Amino acid sequence: MVLLRLATRCAPSLRRTPAPRHAFRIVLPRGYASASENSMTVREALNAAMEEEMIRDESVFVIGEEVARYNGAYKVTKGLLDKFGEKRVIDTPITEMGFAGIATGAAMAGLRPICEFMTFNFAMQAIDQIINSAGKTNYMSGGGMNVPIVFRGPNGAAMGVGAQHSQDYASWYGQIPGLKVVSPWSAEDCKGLLKAAIRDPNPVVFLENEMLYGVSFPMSPEAMSDDFLLEIGKAKIELEGSDVTIVAHSKMVAHSLEAAEELAKEGIKAEVINLRSIRPLDIDTIKASIKKTNRLVTVEGGFPAFGVGSEICAQVIESEAFDYLDAPVERVTGADVPTPYAANLELLAFPDTQTIVKVAKRALYRTN
Amino acid sequence: MFRTTTTTTTRLARARRAYSALHAGQKLPHTQSPIISKLDFFNSVTPKGQQIPTFRVLDGTGRILDGAECVDVDETLARRLYEHMNLLPTMDNVLYNVQRQGKISFYVTSYGEEATIIGSAAALLKDDEVLGQYRETGVLLWRGFGLDNVMAQCFGTKNDTSSKGRQMPIHFGSPEHHFHTISSPLATQIPQAAGVGYALKRSPDRRHNVAACFFGEGAASEGDFHAGLMLASTIPCPVVFIVRNNGFAISTPSSEQYNGDGIASRGPGYGIDTIRVDGNDVLAVLTAVKDARRRAQEQGRGVLVEAMSYRVGHHSTSDDSFAYRARSEVEDKKRIDNPLARFKLFLEHNGWWDEAAEEDMKARLKSDVMTAFKKAEKEQYGEVGNLFGDVYGGEVPWNLKEQRAELARLLGKYGKKWKPWESRLKRHVGQGKDVAGKDVV
Repeated sequence: MVLLRLATRCAPSLRRTPAPRHAFRIVLPRGYASASENSMTVREALNAAMEEEMIRDESVFVIGEEVARYNGAYKVTKGLLDKFGEKRVIDTPITEMGFAGIATGAAMAGLRPICEFMTFNFAMQAIDQIINSAGKTNYMSGGGMNVPIVFRGPNGAAMGVGAQHSQDYASWYGQIPGLKVVSPWSAEDCKGLLKAAIRDPNPVVFLENEMLYGVSFPMSPEAMSDDFLLEIGKAKIELEGSDVTIVAHSKMVAHSLEAAEELAKEGIKAEVINLRSIRPLDIDTIKASIKKTNRLVTVEGGFPAFGVGSEICAQVIESEAFDYLDAPVERVTGADVPTPYAANLELLAFPDTQTIVKVAKRALYRTN
Repeated sequence: MFRTTTTTTTRLARARRAYSALHAGQKLPHTQSPIISKLDFFNSVTPKGQQIPTFRVLDGTGRILDGAECVDVDETLARRLYEHMNLLPTMDNVLYNVQRQGKISFYVTSYGEEATIIGSAAALLKDDEVLGQYRETGVLLWRGFGLDNVMAQCFGTKNDTSSKGRQMPIHFGSPEHHFHTISSPLATQIPQAAGVGYALKRSPDRRHNVAACFFGEGAASEGDFHAGLMLASTIPCPVVFIVRNNGFAISTPSSEQYNGDGIASRGPGYGIDTIRVDGNDVLAVLTAVKDARRRAQEQGRGVLVEAMSYRVGHHSTSDDSFAYRARSEVEDKKRIDNPLARFKLFLEHNGWWDEAAEEDMKARLKSDVMTAFKKAEKEQYGEVGNLFGDVYGGEVPWNLKEQRAELARLLGKYGKKWKPWESRLKRHVGQGKDVAGKDVV
């Protein structure tokens, strides 16, 4: 594991020269923009969510590798040790199964841990604790023992970290009854959903994206408040449209909004849905959109097989929304190969704005 | 040029000083390890390479060894220990056979480990949080869980307080008795126990408590064991880790499970107090675990107890152990080193027990077990809707509501018309009406 961890540590230096694929511009065609409003990076929003909840509830604490003195491998827990002390911000030795286990046990005993994984790629060593213990204990104990815990950390492809550190686990955890799974995009998503996740009586897998940590988003006055919560299980229509529905989560929401802007130049009105939650999946919002646009494109950074897009397709064709489709549904996903290390190949392995534009147009029979 | 020479000279002088300091006994950074100049490989945690000793109180004839440290045991406690040690095999005999008759799907006996389990149970405070593996039903019985609750869980009846009929037999759990729900995956309870210990330490009204974590020597090979002990040592957390070294992990003998000196040798590696105890000597287990929990509570750190025992029974009802060990070996163990027989002799030496008491107890325990068994056997199952409950705490998500509605539709369509469903539904409280509505079934 040592070499792997070094590779991750090296990642920030790699990120200083982002390839064009990642140099996307955040488009926020929303109504609440005003000159005086605040903005926050995703990192700051996550940090604020944890700080507010730790002030509100003494039982909330953060545990993981390097979360305290080092402020977190990605600095998401910056300053929390100084504010809350060693009892509530706990550095552990390097053992994912160990600190996921200690966090799960603490949750069973009445505390509310936030368990940070340096990345969800490492959480595979702890997946038994997440799925079999945290996810199933409430059911198997007849409701006698619930596990209010948040497993959080960066998920999905970052950049230049190779096959073993570039995986999206949304569909892995999304399969498990007993877990809630959240995959936020914007700073507002992150703040409202992380606070909701911490307050939830259930285990919540909170999938962040390393590439978004430093991205700034405007924050509405409501989102800046200490009581700003977003409901887990509800998607958000980021952009209304009438011609094609594009459903995405995490970083792919940004690409989808960019694609919508491109499409608009050709007179195509795309509706972009930010899933926010993977489980429960807000299929009603997707179905309602299909009934309006009659076309569906799903976009995700994960592999195609048995993925989030696959599940959306299945639920759509099993429902009345199927009758409203005027074109085949297409999934835009990562390539079905272990993520290449070579920068040029890695670039080709994940969806970009142009791919989404092309697939949306195909759904409208506008490309050959 | 001049500058380079000076630097080189300074560097050499520094190296020379460091060299002599090293030989003057200066320690290396981050350790207090003494410096030596002889190659000295070692493979033991004891001074002269012996195995770790085993703490024992009672000899084979039930007499206290000369000078043995032992907690005070009066007649009441002694009788209670002995009766609970006997309750386990009495209950096991019935439930093992009930499983063989196909009335329950699975069972795990405690044969041979009665002293380890009951001795540990008696050493803990009643509100110490226990995280068991699956062979610790005796801890629950000691705490007053009761045979009715045991039977209700094994038969999955409407009275199953452990899991509302959702778990395979022996997956007990009871917040009231501070006993965490048994989890099938091996060893996951070990790091969790560290978390429970941490939570206890943080609660002002629970600081007198520890977490007690049971597992077998086989589970100690899982990564969770190492992670759990390390965290209880470094964070640190008040946890008593009780490893039941019963000689077998299903069919794997302990001689194949480790090449070192059992599990106890690993405790010092994690910097925690450790003891090995004769697991067939209930007074030794009681004394050792009592002191272990005192240490854990006072230090706020993990303590390891390795109880050496022998699994007389099969691993579970899914196992036939005579495929990998001789029947005679098991019979010899039962005869030569029987924890029940040894403690009975102790009671007799003290004039606290005789054959009449033995006969009386055996008849009473058997009757208690049979009464509870017969009651559970005929008992109804819980409501059908339990299938969908407690998947999540709080609001029920749409997909569960949808599945419940679908089951309601199917019950309406087939509940009365399809024989297997019709007969099965009759055994459930409400006969499916809680899901399907009153007019359907």
